[in-house]
Amino acid sequence: MDSDEDIMYDDDYDDSGNESSGDDDVEFAMVEEPNNPKERQELDEYPYEVLTTEQILQHMNECMKEVNIVVEMPSTVIRMLLNHFRWDKEKLMERYYDGDPEKLFTEAHVASPFAKMAVPAKIAKKEHRRTGPSVEECEICLSTLPSSVMSGLECGHRFCVSCWAEYLTTKIMSEGIGQTISCAAHNCEILIDDATVMKLVPDAKVRLKYQHLITNSFVECNRLLRWCPSPDCSSVIRVQHVESRPVTCRCGHTFCFACGNNWHEPVRCTLLRKWIKKCDDDSETSNWIAANTKECPKCKATIEKDGGCNHMVCKNSHCKTEFCWVCLGPWEPHGTSWYNCNRYDEDEARAARDAQERSRAALQRYLFYCNRYMNHMQSLRLEHKHYATVKEKMEEMQQHNMSWIEVQFLKKAVDILCQCRQTLMYTYVFAYYLKKNNQSVIFEDNQRDLETATEKLSEYLERDITQENLVDIKQKVQDKYRYCDSRRRVLAEHVYEGYDKEWWEYND
Amino acid sequence: MYSPRSEASLAQSCTLQRQEKRLQKELVALIKEPPPGVVIDGESVGQSLDLLVLSINGAQGTIYEGEQFQLQFRFGPKYPFDSPEVVFIGTEIPVHPHVYSNGHICLSILTDDWSPALSIFSVCVSIISMLSSCKEKKRPPDDSMYVKTCSKNPKKTKWWYHDEEV
Ligand SMILES: [Zn+2]
Ligand SMILES: [Zn+2]
Ligand SMILES: [Zn+2]
Ligand SMILES: [Zn+2]
Ligand SMILES: [Zn+2]
Ligand SMILES: [Zn+2]
Repeated sequence: MDSDEDIMYDDDYDDSGNESSGDDDVEFAMVEEPNNPKERQELDEYPYEVLTTEQILQHMNECMKEVNIVVEMPSTVIRMLLNHFRWDKEKLMERYYDGDPEKLFTEAHVASPFAKMAVPAKIAKKEHRRTGPSVEECEICLSTLPSSVMSGLECGHRFCVSCWAEYLTTKIMSEGIGQTISCAAHNCEILIDDATVMKLVPDAKVRLKYQHLITNSFVECNRLLRWCPSPDCSSVIRVQHVESRPVTCRCGHTFCFACGNNWHEPVRCTLLRKWIKKCDDDSETSNWIAANTKECPKCKATIEKDGGCNHMVCKNSHCKTEFCWVCLGPWEPHGTSWYNCNRYDEDEARAARDAQERSRAALQRYLFYCNRYMNHMQSLRLEHKHYATVKEKMEEMQQHNMSWIEVQFLKKAVDILCQCRQTLMYTYVFAYYLKKNNQSVIFEDNQRDLETATEKLSEYLERDITQENLVDIKQKVQDKYRYCDSRRRVLAEHVYEGYDKEWWEYND
Repeated sequence: MYSPRSEASLAQSCTLQRQEKRLQKELVALIKEPPPGVVIDGESVGQSLDLLVLSINGAQGTIYEGEQFQLQFRFGPKYPFDSPEVVFIGTEIPVHPHVYSNGHICLSILTDDWSPALSIFSVCVSIISMLSSCKEKKRPPDDSMYVKTCSKNPKKTKWWYHDEEV
């Protein structure tokens, strides 16, 4: 998607008033502008950046530098400390200054950068044990090797570089561990710093994986960063403050920064999360069963009628309640009237039916919203496929003496169609939880208007375009999409206004 | 004479050979000087480099005195960077709170706390000390459940380590 075009969009829609004709456009002329232009502007400004893994590494290094200016320590020690505090710089500084730094290092499993000078006695002795100071034994491969191929950390445990390489490669590739690789010695908790890993791992592929592992935890700890959720995309979005706002990655995927789901205007993240959970819990089969069966009025076990007789016996072996299929009342007073029920209006039967009715109504209500939500989701998928068809149409039009610029309206129309479908889809989530009041009635009107307009636009895009109707079609399509877009904005702004003014009340 | 450069690149190009060499060195040292209580049949050693069976004698003055157990090591291609699979085999399985009746051993250095700097020798020493410090012969509390449901390979078990002091 082209973001420049989206920014340009407002002007496009402002000068459209005089081009309109027909029924829709009467309504169009009445479209309200947002009451508060400042509010609208605020809504539109949400600065963010799309970063690559390289840039993330750089960003991570900048963060570390900021700490380094205040506390002078090797950068890798800072990374591990920051990681220990989930990249909360202030917390790290606070702990560093009001406590015992040595204790802090132990807690974060980092070799103290200030203890470097002390040579561990144990190792010093070992170095001289064999043939002389220039040869050492590697405890892993058990080879006696020149000191020049031996390497180790501040803890003094030294191994040959090929054993280190093998050890690190196993950790990174087989175990997927990056942030907390400790020294290869048994029981040594000292972590290996980045520079050492990069130096000791000969394979570029392994090094890349390592970089990904360390930035991953940096991104995950940082509230202002989020990996693009689309598969195979390794970009990261950086924002200046967390908000439920749409961000579009370099790969084209648009999602909500706050929750990572597809952009879900006008519903809020928390409500959407609740909805998604509900949809996952209620599998389609359980919905079907509930809609096509009755429940035992006593134990609520699901009963399917399998014969003509109204005398039902609950199959639950602990219950075995006998009841009437028609009135749901107890069977006993029905006596021998196996096929006819004349007790439909008795209190007991009515109460049983009311209870069932309520649970049924709740389910019907859910299914109503769920079906509409699903329909729009389905259409949205098809609409995305329409981009290909539209491209063909655009090429066709260019052969009919229209310029490239002149045919762009078609792509724009599909863009808006998709946006409208997406908004509509989530209005059903919002509506499902919404309690009825004066504002919810307005919301439902807006929803209905947008839905009608969207279906009309969709229909127009399906039409055949010929040389004769070309100019006319362009006019109509433009009118339709402008109208749709304005309805979408009106709906969204009304919902947002309701959030601000606390109009909305929710069920459960 | 050593040339550091050729040593390093040679070692990299034949990792497998290097690992074989380490195992061979370990075995030679083990036969020459086994840890106290460990008996190695020099004849059978080296027949196959990925499998080693040795005997462990219950130490004097402990509740296992006079008993002998067979301990089996299986080495994967990534040994020593990957831990060996170590189990008791045969009819005599020590009755111990960390040893299941199928021979699996609950000992953290065999999985999570493994380090390539550990060896057959150090594993034997750990197991002998685990046996020697035991005061009461009993199976782990979840023995029957574990034996019924576990994988053949104890390394596939997500161990929840019992208190290692026992
Ligand atoms: Zn080595
Ligand atoms: Zn160490
Ligand atoms: Zn992306
Ligand atoms: Zn969200
Ligand atoms: Zn029942
Ligand atoms: Zn009845």
